[in-house]
Amino acid sequence: MEQVCYRYDGSFQGFLTCVFESYVHKEPPAAFLTFWDEETTLWSEREVETHEPHAQRVYKALGEKGTPLFRHRLERAFLTCLPDRELILYGLIRRCLDGEGKRVVSDLSDPVMARVTLALQKLFTEEDHLRGFVRFSDVDGMLVGEIEPKNRVLPLIGPHFAARFNGERIALYDRTHREAFFYADLQWRILPVEEFHIGPAGEAERAWRGLWRRFYKTIAIEGRENPKCQSAHLPKRYRHVMTEFMEEETNAALPAKLP
Amino acid sequence: MDMMDKLTILADAAKYDAACTSSGVVRGGMRGGIGSASNSGCCHTFSADGRCVSLLKVLMTNHCCYDCAYCVNRRSNDLPRAAFTPRELCELTIQFYRRNYIEGLFLSSAVLKSPDYTTERMIAALRLLRTEYHFNGYIHAKAIPGADPALTYQLGLLADRLSVNIELPSEGSLKLLAPDKKKDAILAPMAQIRDGAEQSRAELKLYRHAPRFAPAGQATQMIVGATPETDRHILKLSAGLYRKYGLKRVFFSAYMPVSSSSLLPAPEGFKPPLLREHRLYQADWLMRFYRFRPEELLDDDHPNFDASLDPKTDWALRHMEFFPVEINSAPYEHLLRVPGIGVRGARRILVARRVGSVTFEGLKRLGVVMKRCQYFVTCGGRMLPGLRCSPEGVYRRLAGLEREALPGAEFEQLTLFEEKTG
Repeated sequence: MEQVCYRYDGSFQGFLTCVFESYVHKEPPAAFLTFWDEETTLWSEREVETHEPHAQRVYKALGEKGTPLFRHRLERAFLTCLPDRELILYGLIRRCLDGEGKRVVSDLSDPVMARVTLALQKLFTEEDHLRGFVRFSDVDGMLVGEIEPKNRVLPLIGPHFAARFNGERIALYDRTHREAFFYADLQWRILPVEEFHIGPAGEAERAWRGLWRRFYKTIAIEGRENPKCQSAHLPKRYRHVMTEFMEEETNAALPAKLP
Repeated sequence: MDMMDKLTILADAAKYDAACTSSGVVRGGMRGGIGSASNSGCCHTFSADGRCVSLLKVLMTNHCCYDCAYCVNRRSNDLPRAAFTPRELCELTIQFYRRNYIEGLFLSSAVLKSPDYTTERMIAALRLLRTEYHFNGYIHAKAIPGADPALTYQLGLLADRLSVNIELPSEGSLKLLAPDKKKDAILAPMAQIRDGAEQSRAELKLYRHAPRFAPAGQATQMIVGATPETDRHILKLSAGLYRKYGLKRVFFSAYMPVSSSSLLPAPEGFKPPLLREHRLYQADWLMRFYRFRPEELLDDDHPNFDASLDPKTDWALRHMEFFPVEINSAPYEHLLRVPGIGVRGARRILVARRVGSVTFEGLKRLGVVMKRCQYFVTCGGRMLPGLRCSPEGVYRRLAGLEREALPGAEFEQLTLFEEKTG
């Protein structure tokens, strides 16, 4: 069996189509690249167009031979920043479909499974953090915010904000993955965005930020200061886009990228 | 007085309330409204003291007619005073909420004129927030001891969680330091909230639209270190409160010197007992999630926690007859008792050992803290190969691990020459 490099559109459906193709052509993957990746490999390439029914067949098999929870976790693991995540997930899928079945699902002390579990744990922690740490600004009645996460958390946190602020219009930009979550009138989309700028804050917006910063300072008890505990719960990497850690009003919408 | 000053005064006055959780109730978004709530709650930031800020925690007013010695807002204290109007409070909450600064509102109040009058004002603010602003997020309200039960009931219909502070861990201390508050006046609303919530749950089973009374339950808080109660006393008291009043949480708050009353520890040089508070919270966790009973953790010979070890390790070292625990066959409850194995670790062990026996290598990969648990477990009947330890050695090493984890871990600089003090 000859190994090939798969090129696909970067979606989970696309990935499942690649899995399908690898069974059809008996070609195990050497690497996965998206259509936009500029890298090339020495392997021969196979371009895969996402094919919904084929992806669905793999999806269904994963639920039957594995468990629905396992399938769900694969879907989530696809959003993590685990290096070579497609290859790792492909390995797990093969093990599940080629005979081990539900055994793979429980084999948490297996080195590969342990890596995936850890990556998932980090994804969920980051999701949890960002549900709280995202800061929106009111720009002409629209809620706008920016994040810089390690994992692709937009598909997880976006719908949360859409449900919570369902009467608002929302734009949330992910600097790491260059995509943005848009919501208006009970509909949301995640779209690739090359550049994203937030206009300067209005007077009311600046006043609310000022009040929040004051509240934040006031609520801490001086005699109990504990930076170690604070950093454990609120890692420093989140702080550069959080209102309460920004200097007094600079009139910039949100601070520039970290140096 | 402008908004900035009011917020400063009323947030400052509320900061000694420990509770800032937004958990215990699930509510999706509401069409035409703003807000939702999730079962595990959500922390929106952490203040410089490392505490979670989840709710906009303010007092309705800090004008108080009581004179409790331990409290900043006592009437004999010379402080700037302020009060929010319901409208101001609603605007503040909604605008903070929209920007995702907060998960909801925590509304408490000093006792202005009378408990009834104070509660009425809080109800007015919350009603405006819920009905006119259609706020669907989390609200935690403080029930004011001594208020009319009918008013407390109204408050509970608007809030998700109610709490009554029992303030001090014994009636004697309460008499001494808070002469205006009576133990019965504190316990009566707690019983009312418990019964109201129970009744509401029963009605909801029959009618989907029955009114929801404090769906996220109730909590309380007590001050630790202002009065001479032992850890054992405090722990037993909180276990009793969980059992009798069905509380969701008991909070402990290390006493901060905010008063120069001769009845309290002197403010100069007084360090708040933060480590003791931490140990109490650890023990609280052990009772709620690890199935420990308070009398197991502390007894007459050990009325207080060992400062240099966490309560779980402390328990383990005093009960070596319980160990070692065999990873591949021990029941869940036994796994939970091993230092270094938490709820998540124990669950993973249960899953992983279904497919094959777990080795020490595998155990490490399950996310268990080997440095702690190695002294207490066997895999396939064997201790970790190469592990040598004496009982004192284990104590020393575990206490060493603990020291690194504590805040302000300072290492003493060794000097070659002793400093001369003269």
